[in-house]
Amino acid sequence: MTNSDGRFGIHGGQYIPETLMNAVIELEEAYEHYKNDTEFNKELTELFNDYAGRPSRLYFAKKLTRELGGAKIYLKREDLNHTGAHKINNVLGQALLAKKMGKTRLIAETGAGQHGVATATAAALMGMECVVFMGEEDTKRQALNVYKMKLLGASVEPVKTGTGTLKDAVSEAMREWTKRISDTHYCLGSVMGPHPFPTIVRDFQSVISKEIKEQLKEKEGKLPDIVIACVGGGSNAIGSFYHFIEDESVRLIGCEAAGRGVDTFETAATIATGRLGIFHGMKSYFCQDEFGQIAPVYSISAGLDYPGIGPEHAYLHDIKRAEYVPVTDGEAVNAFEYLSRCEGIIPAIESAHAVAHAMKIAPDMERDKIIVITISGRGDKDCAAIARYRGEDIHE
Amino acid sequence: MSNIKKAFENGKAFIPFITCGDPDLSTTKAAVIAAVENGADLIELGIPFSDPTAEGPVIQNANLRALSNGVTTDRIFSLVKELREEVKIPFVFMTYSNVVFSYGARRFISSCKDIGIDGLILPDLPFEEKGEFLPITSEYGIDLISLIAPTSENRISMIAKEAEGFIYVVSSLGVTGVRSEITTDLPSIIKVIRENTSLPCAIGFGISTPEQAKKMADISDGAIVGSAIIKLLEKYGTDAPEYIGEYVKKMKDALR
Repeated sequence: MTNSDGRFGIHGGQYIPETLMNAVIELEEAYEHYKNDTEFNKELTELFNDYAGRPSRLYFAKKLTRELGGAKIYLKREDLNHTGAHKINNVLGQALLAKKMGKTRLIAETGAGQHGVATATAAALMGMECVVFMGEEDTKRQALNVYKMKLLGASVEPVKTGTGTLKDAVSEAMREWTKRISDTHYCLGSVMGPHPFPTIVRDFQSVISKEIKEQLKEKEGKLPDIVIACVGGGSNAIGSFYHFIEDESVRLIGCEAAGRGVDTFETAATIATGRLGIFHGMKSYFCQDEFGQIAPVYSISAGLDYPGIGPEHAYLHDIKRAEYVPVTDGEAVNAFEYLSRCEGIIPAIESAHAVAHAMKIAPDMERDKIIVITISGRGDKDCAAIARYRGEDIHE
Repeated sequence: MSNIKKAFENGKAFIPFITCGDPDLSTTKAAVIAAVENGADLIELGIPFSDPTAEGPVIQNANLRALSNGVTTDRIFSLVKELREEVKIPFVFMTYSNVVFSYGARRFISSCKDIGIDGLILPDLPFEEKGEFLPITSEYGIDLISLIAPTSENRISMIAKEAEGFIYVVSSLGVTGVRSEITTDLPSIIKVIRENTSLPCAIGFGISTPEQAKKMADISDGAIVGSAIIKLLEKYGTDAPEYIGEYVKKMKDALR
């Protein structure tokens, strides 16, 4: 889907300081070389299978299906991966690539902390130095993940600028990369930023849809009718969609974080409330004011609390191949609790946005229809915040 | 002929950077006039952006101060219009691509022409993406300034050949901010630039003292100073213009 100039339709590109241009060109050349390299792919598959625990299960949620009374619901269990989320897929790929490029240090941004933990994990495994930038607000919301990153040997830099959330962590990681390039790879965590990141991250995450397709073929002998995933930058969603893009009968639905609602300022739903812009290295849709100042977005979910969306999603939206729907904090929290009680699976609050939308549409669908929901991560990290949301103060 | 060339006709150029609206627009106006009266050759006017990814903490904070005081692109255009009644030296805007794009590139660039802006510096618009705005800046005679970095290497000749106005040579890796030492091999970079263009080149990032400015100007055509001036605004607020005037005089004297 990527054009030769790193565009998805009008979206994407490389809007970054000159200082970083040779670094992204070097990365693109290395990736073009290794992506078809047998040895590289063999090593990556071994890491995926033996270290991260792939393939992840495609689980038929029998009770959920029965209670909702409509379409058959399958859960793609990315929460069962090592480190508890889909983030590890991309990180193992990028860390291996960085290692082949002779880099000895990984830097990363993180929102909920899952990408930070995954990067710290890969750095520990591969003997690399690791620095993770995390918004100060998020270090409070996700204290457990901060501890985990430190335990894994990474240093965590709280970012105090701006809103102290994911966008500020990305800005700070970009600044750090311009300071130190020769030994450092910026392990970007989502399908965003300058080319070639949206393509690289998508390719490493596309294992999700590849597996869904094979697993569902085995279980049901057919394609799903709908694939649903949550979207912040959009890496688990593009991973879940990618191998179905050509299968036009499959509806692809991305769930954005509406926060307190798309009619309030406390939202992070980019497709619903943003417009075309240029930020963090890419042209895409962004939440912004009339003068192009990036909006201070909000969501209960630190991982979806980002004012933009990856360029390939912006393109899939433009050509109407995928649909993007807003899901509020309240709906996500209900789904978080509901899936926990109904199936004994505590999803990440990010993934709960996808569950919430499936709960809305499944009852009205016929029983022979199939919905696949990607459970992008596990919800342990969110328990304290959800308890707080419900007015209960727990100490971890 | 580009008006920007005039900035380099008075010996080595001294180019101060001022974030518009920090702490308010009347201070910006007074600061620009003080800088011009004390020998500035070109003024780089910053339009604040919420998330300035190429800036260090000093200029980041200036952007936030300006935005939280309600400065907007339209108000900055009015300020420049007023300034143009008193000031003749070249002005360039320094901002981020989204500020131009979101306003509407044609609307933004034609306004630049109307109010007397001579060039545009967009640190997040590298050579590969300049087609985003170049057709329009060319149409309105606004120079789209190219930056060359310590990591540009094989890209220098390509960038220099198509450059306009002047070349902004980034002295060091990293973001803007005062540095005690600049270690990049700038003479070799400038040698390649000279082989590919006759445009003047000025060095920026990290310069704060007259000694540093002189050292940089000795190997180029001028010095650009941002964070050191913004620090005066941070420290003295609305009283800063007087101190900025003194500082500019000291810096320009070192370059004469």
